[in-house]
Amino acid sequence: MRQGRLTRWFFQNVGLASALLLFAVLFLSYNMMHPRGFSAAVAVQNANETAAIAFLAMAQTIPVLLGGLDLSVGAVMTLTNCIASELVNGSPAQILLGIVATLLSGAAFGLMNGLIVVYGRIQPIIATLATGAIAIGLALLVRPKPGGDVDGDLGWALTNSVWDFADTYGIAGGGDAWWIRPFADIPVPIIIVLLVTVLVWVPFRRSVTGRTVYAIGSAEGAAFMSGLPIDRAKIAAFTLGGFFAACGGLYLAIQTSSGNADIQQAGAYTLNSIAAVVLGGTSLLGGIGGAVGSLIGAGILRVISFYFRILDIDPLLQPLIEGIVLLVAVSFGAIRTLRVKNKLDLFR
Amino acid sequence: MTDAIVEYRGISKFFAGIRALENVDFACKPGSVHAILGENGAGKSTLIKIMSGVLRPDSGEMRLEGKSVAFATPQAANEAGIVCMFQELSLVPDLSVADNISISSPPRRFGLIDRRAQVRRAEELLARVRCEDVDPNAMVRELSLSRRQMVEIAKALGKSPKVLILDEATSALTTRDVQTVYDLLAELKNRGVASLFISHRMHEVEALCDTLSVFRNGQHIETFAKGAKSEREIVQLMIGRDVEAQFPPKPKPVAPEDLGDPLLKVRGLSWQNRLNGIDLTVHRGEIVGLGGLDGQGQKELLLALFGVLRDVEGEVVIGGRKGIPSSPAAAKTAATKVALVPEDRKTEGLMLGMPIADNLLASSFQRISRGPFIDPALSRKAIEDGISRLQIKAGSASDPVMTLSGGNQQKVVIAKWLMIDPDIVLLNDPTRGIDVGTKQEIYRLMRDLANQGKAILFYSSDYAELIGCCDRVSVLYSGRIVAEKQGEDITEESLVAASLNIDVEVA
Amino acid sequence: MRISVSNENKPIVIASFFIVVILLAGTVYTLSTAGTAPLLSPKYLLQQLQTGSFLGICAAGMMMVILLGHIDLSIPWTLTAAAMTATAVGGEMALPTALAVGIAVGALNGFGVAFLRIPSMIFTLGVDTVLRGLMVAQTGGFAPQDTATPLMLFLAKDRILGIPVALFVWAAVSLFIIVVLTRTGFGRSIYATGSREGAAYLSGIRTRFVTMGAFIMSGLCASIAGVLLAGYSAKAYQGMGNAFLLPAIAAVVLGGTHILGGRGRYVGTLIGVILIVLLNSVLSIMQMPEAGRQIIYGTVIIAMLLVYGRNQRITS
Repeated sequence: MRQGRLTRWFFQNVGLASALLLFAVLFLSYNMMHPRGFSAAVAVQNANETAAIAFLAMAQTIPVLLGGLDLSVGAVMTLTNCIASELVNGSPAQILLGIVATLLSGAAFGLMNGLIVVYGRIQPIIATLATGAIAIGLALLVRPKPGGDVDGDLGWALTNSVWDFADTYGIAGGGDAWWIRPFADIPVPIIIVLLVTVLVWVPFRRSVTGRTVYAIGSAEGAAFMSGLPIDRAKIAAFTLGGFFAACGGLYLAIQTSSGNADIQQAGAYTLNSIAAVVLGGTSLLGGIGGAVGSLIGAGILRVISFYFRILDIDPLLQPLIEGIVLLVAVSFGAIRTLRVKNKLDLFR
Repeated sequence: MTDAIVEYRGISKFFAGIRALENVDFACKPGSVHAILGENGAGKSTLIKIMSGVLRPDSGEMRLEGKSVAFATPQAANEAGIVCMFQELSLVPDLSVADNISISSPPRRFGLIDRRAQVRRAEELLARVRCEDVDPNAMVRELSLSRRQMVEIAKALGKSPKVLILDEATSALTTRDVQTVYDLLAELKNRGVASLFISHRMHEVEALCDTLSVFRNGQHIETFAKGAKSEREIVQLMIGRDVEAQFPPKPKPVAPEDLGDPLLKVRGLSWQNRLNGIDLTVHRGEIVGLGGLDGQGQKELLLALFGVLRDVEGEVVIGGRKGIPSSPAAAKTAATKVALVPEDRKTEGLMLGMPIADNLLASSFQRISRGPFIDPALSRKAIEDGISRLQIKAGSASDPVMTLSGGNQQKVVIAKWLMIDPDIVLLNDPTRGIDVGTKQEIYRLMRDLANQGKAILFYSSDYAELIGCCDRVSVLYSGRIVAEKQGEDITEESLVAASLNIDVEVA
Repeated sequence: MRISVSNENKPIVIASFFIVVILLAGTVYTLSTAGTAPLLSPKYLLQQLQTGSFLGICAAGMMMVILLGHIDLSIPWTLTAAAMTATAVGGEMALPTALAVGIAVGALNGFGVAFLRIPSMIFTLGVDTVLRGLMVAQTGGFAPQDTATPLMLFLAKDRILGIPVALFVWAAVSLFIIVVLTRTGFGRSIYATGSREGAAYLSGIRTRFVTMGAFIMSGLCASIAGVLLAGYSAKAYQGMGNAFLLPAIAAVVLGGTHILGGRGRYVGTLIGVILIVLLNSVLSIMQMPEAGRQIIYGTVIIAMLLVYGRNQRITS
């Protein structure tokens, strides 16, 4: 019995679908309540604040798909943030080199994580807990005190709308060319995130290595017996995680024009990345979900915090409300347990 | 044998002190359907895993088509043409059927997986195994076990094997699918593919295979052509001693009126769509069997009686008290104690990573405790009793239970439950995948327990067992009891007919 | 002569060895730079252990949860919340209130994980966030002005027979946990549930209550640590629990408890805590900047795990 394609997609991606729905509802009502909702300025500001956690959510997704966890994503973000604040300035060639170096350093750190997990045979959660400490230590070495500098033009261009980007670099008639008009108001951060997703995540998912990641999370024994490249996939997963974390760190540097080796912030970002992944429908047990869902999960997290600006809530209550909302949102997964009729199904 | 397609010489494999394979010489000819027989622990599984690249031998040599080979990974074995269809299934539940069939070498476009080509390939292979009803885009998780096995076979076929290994490949298949597999094996034989067939079902082996090899205790005992030995001789080779009666003697059938009050009475038990009004009774001293084709509700019935299912409707009276247990914990501590030996000993019966001792005591903490504390003397005695009562062959009670053979593992599960002295013992296909010797011990044990006044309700997928062990057999079809046979009426014809829901007069 | 050590005890032996290595390395350093050997003085060691007792108690509770294959990310703010409510309530009810907070949080965690079956990683994270929110809302984001009660000060700072009372508290908690884990049905049930919950359930173990119990013990331990820490600092303050989460997990794992549950001895956790505390002391004495500390901390964990934290290759 063949189901219609849309129905099938829905049932096979319940988590993602509900996350989309939740995000749509929250985002639309947020904009409706906002005095200047649906405007470019607000969109740009929101996009700016979401980009870093979006990248981190993507970074966390792949190790989670394996059935593991990467507790170092926040630390790698911080490390690459500091590296970027050192290197991404000067002549255009130096800037480009700096960007490449930052991204490579994140990927290299991820590679190290992967190697430790695979060849050291250490569980990811504890391996990345330790390497996260190393990353923070390295970040402190690079930037003992907050500071550094990121090219101002780049900073402006990448954190505003497409028009500003074109204007800064004098392309497309300084932003007024006819063919760029319809895109002029789109915030550049969104484009960057989308570009990275399309250029890196989508091909990865469609590759055998990407499929192996899902297979490992679903049934590692079966994946091995099927002849899938288990070790290669695990190493790739963590390397990509490091790469996406570096995207986040790079963006943070561009956005704040500085590097800050803040341990607390690193920890908070890591935990938030896990929350975003769960909200986006990826299962912590592995095998189900994807980076797109995690992007939406990141969006949900951020939109919730945006609400506090427009609603007149006592700022002291904000952390509490954020916490309760998070708890309630992840508790929706509990509905499954109420519907289960064979209690053995509760134990995977 | 120079005309063999695969040849093994001197293969040995050790696991943590256990001799899984010892100096095995084995060969297989192309175009043959070659059965591998042996008890669990005989080494069949290990040999298969070595052949298919999952494990590497500690010593020995392997030749494929005359050339010396060594496989570092299953992938390497596949590329050489040795493909295995595993008992545990190598399917990934959260990927689609098409993804699974082409999992490691999918058709590609621009370096990425070509989904449409995958689906087409899956459709072709599914047609070859006559499973066109399986949707290539469905998640494997959604399929029943028998469909999954067919997908696994389709996947194996897709790798164009020269040597196809089937490890208990037909254990969960429907009759129609079993026939498909038989036809497939005949077709492969004509094409010169060598098939290695591991099964515990003698009638299957006799129907399909032209060559038989017997393994015992990690050694290759003998290889012979079909018909060269009688069934009894074969079993003798497998267990190394002469086997007399397979089943313990049954007491004379008692008329229902003389049985007295049942210990377990079930009326109109229903659950979801799997149980549709079951009526059943079991008295003290009785062994009642559940028959019928796979998946007619037998499993669910046992789970329901043990308190694992929610929202079960109908009336259940256990030892005179109404009500179904709310959980296994409740079932085992009720006035009339119920125990369940579950279907899958590795994931449901045992904590594999823990020692034998801990597994044995898992249901009996109350009994070995004085107050809140466990009494070491009581627990030691309980462990010793458990091991000796069931004659569990183990090094020491603190060895991890995963080092035991399948039969001994099942004995641990049973011993665990006997420790609480249950009144009703439910068993879910207890002898599946277990060697002949241990099977006989389990049959004898069940009869002993019945003679002690316990009520035994057990499901078996093997007719011979039901015929040999049970005082009464209730056959299930579509979640209902469609026939009850007692004493002399329990025959293969009557059971088969009842399983298919046909009314047959037994002469 | 070959001494064979069982697999379970290997991490404990290796970790103990590492402790000796650290003590030696530190002593060499202090001897060469200042001519003293504080690391070998009982007074110094006792003082380190005194502050180490907070981590020790947190790790004890964390171990119970990790044995189940779960994790408790709510320790930081359970600790803080217990401390803050204790100091706020004051007087005789301070201690019972703190313990009640720990039990309540543990029960909530247990409910979410065992009954709602929400992954512990995310549920306890949510609870931690909620607790933080509650404390921020209560205190206005500042450190509360209330001070610790005399009992709390006694427990944290005083000494009996020259040994800090805090160590006695830690010892009492340890003894309790060792007895529970090795001598009670509940303890055996924890190992069984952590090893394979489905099989434990089908053996008639009430796995939900076992899970609930473990989380309550974790919450309770966090609250005890909170009381002690507040006593030591004479007050409660924002974020006082944050520094304990990752070291607690590290201590449990370094002590040989498997992160996926089902195996581990409490003695290992004790050794793991002592190792981390001593490592910190040595780094302090060396006046190692934060950067170096973090790197060394991470590297030591990886190195030790490489030596013994090996997993079996999954082949079936």
